[in-house]
Amino acid sequence: MSGTTLAIEGVHKAFGTNPVLRALDLRVAEHEVVVLIGASGSGKSTLLRCINGLLPVDAGRIMLDDDIEVTALGADLDEVRRRVGIVFQSFNLFPHRSVLDNVTLAQRKVLGRSKAEAEQHGHDLLTSFGLSDKAMSFPDRLSGGQQQRVAIVRALAMDPEIMLFDEITSALDPQLVGEVLDVVRGLSHAGMTILMATHEMAFAQECADRVCFLDGGAVLEEGTAQQVFGDAREQRTRDFLARVRAR
Amino acid sequence: MTTSGTEPDTGAPIPYVDPVRRDLQRRKAIRDTVIASVSIAVVVVAGVALVTSAAGWPLVRDTFFSGEQIGSTLPEIASAFWLNVRIFLVAEPLILVVGLAIALSRGTRSPLTFPLRVVATVYTDIFRGIPTILLVFLLGFGVPALGLSGVPNDPLVWGTVALVISYSAYVAEVFRAGIDSVHPSQRAAARSLGLSSVQTTRYVVLPQAVRRVVPPLLNDFISLQKDTALVSVIGPIEALRQAQIDSSFTFNFTPYVVAAVLFIALTVPMTRCADWLNARSARERGAGGST
Ligand SMILES: Nc1ncnc2c1ncn2[C@@H]1O[C@H](COP(=O)(O)OP(=O)(O)O)[C@@H](O)[C@H]1O
Ligand SMILES: [Mg+2]
Repeated sequence: MSGTTLAIEGVHKAFGTNPVLRALDLRVAEHEVVVLIGASGSGKSTLLRCINGLLPVDAGRIMLDDDIEVTALGADLDEVRRRVGIVFQSFNLFPHRSVLDNVTLAQRKVLGRSKAEAEQHGHDLLTSFGLSDKAMSFPDRLSGGQQQRVAIVRALAMDPEIMLFDEITSALDPQLVGEVLDVVRGLSHAGMTILMATHEMAFAQECADRVCFLDGGAVLEEGTAQQVFGDAREQRTRDFLARVRAR
Repeated sequence: MTTSGTEPDTGAPIPYVDPVRRDLQRRKAIRDTVIASVSIAVVVVAGVALVTSAAGWPLVRDTFFSGEQIGSTLPEIASAFWLNVRIFLVAEPLILVVGLAIALSRGTRSPLTFPLRVVATVYTDIFRGIPTILLVFLLGFGVPALGLSGVPNDPLVWGTVALVISYSAYVAEVFRAGIDSVHPSQRAAARSLGLSSVQTTRYVVLPQAVRRVVPPLLNDFISLQKDTALVSVIGPIEALRQAQIDSSFTFNFTPYVVAAVLFIALTVPMTRCADWLNARSARERGAGGST
């Protein structure tokens, strides 16, 4: 039995008078791949941002590894972010730095690794994701798929214990989606703990240990991909899936 | 391997251009150059003829463009102009440092730095509102008049300080606009990697911001270079003051023209440089990626 990497308990989050998360509970075990699905605006991004402390919650608790409470007042959020990698829909690479510099910056400034050490680690990762020849390129010379892979490598270079992916293929041309999903697939096979929001149902079907449907600010339904996609309990889940499939 | 001349060789690495079209383009380029050269020559000749044939031209020439005056005053004015250059060289780095410090102070978020934010805001509000020349008078005459011990009472120092204060208020706004132009997602990405707020500003936001504000900063440099002449009002003998002195002996205005040419000689290269940087960053934005 592996430990719990992430525990979310009764989290509330509103923007002004718009309650987005309402008493949301979710646990992610070590090595588990959990896929979040839900309509646009259902709060997937909000949840992921709360997990690594980019957004403060209004109530509830988020625990990392049972030893650090992300939501505690005065929590060491830099520590949290060191241990939680996040990749966004818009790649957000640093445009003024080469690919390698993108990957080494936080290693050096946050983890205190030497330049040589950080570059070695960066090169190793870039190579294993087929990006070694892009190390010296600047982000604007890369395709969207390559940029997103670099963004993933940049987060991985920090050796996080969990990776959060927020619709990382949604901004890509269809023919570039595959290469990015391949990277995630590789990570899941390597045992990385992953929580990802995505609309790629086929990918979820293949890779997810668990699928969670977010609705009304909470996880309305969860189960294996087979259960949720094939035989959803809730009418709202079935409606959502029908809408996604119709696209 | 040969190509037929009319069929595009799709395998060739060099871009294929239809020879007929290329010929036409080349001829058009030559024709355009000829027309431009002729038209500029006509305008210049006509302009010179018009001016020199005017009834008052000999008087204008002797008053503003007297060769003898140029010969006798150029060395003095040029050496006085060296003072303008030195004021500029001392003031500009200070302006950049103070301006950046103010911009960063205004951008802080912590409640602890609230006083800093207030001071920075008030500073820009006040000193952007005061005419630079007024500030030069105020400090250049005012501070030495206090006769404080340990404080320099050279008007030159205080004139330069006045320029620094006035320009840093403008430059702070330029920096602030640059910082604001960096998309918040860049900050979020940096923070999500564990970089602290200060590190994020230092390594991610500022480098991008500074790159974007170089062209507007150069414009401010150019205007500062001209405004170094303002310290002449409190005494130091820089180019304008020297020209004034020379002119007052002869009632001839050529020394002013000499001073003007010296200023132009320095600002024109700076302007071209700013244009070039502007064009380059426009090109980069046009060709650049989504971020
Ligand atoms: N920074 C913000 N300020 C105000 N409202 C926000 C902000 N971010 C998200 N929201 C709102 O929160 C809701 C959930 O958004 P989001 O988490 O992005 O959903 P999803 O990622 O599932 O599409 C939406 O109604 C959105 O308008
Ligand atoms: Mg989203």
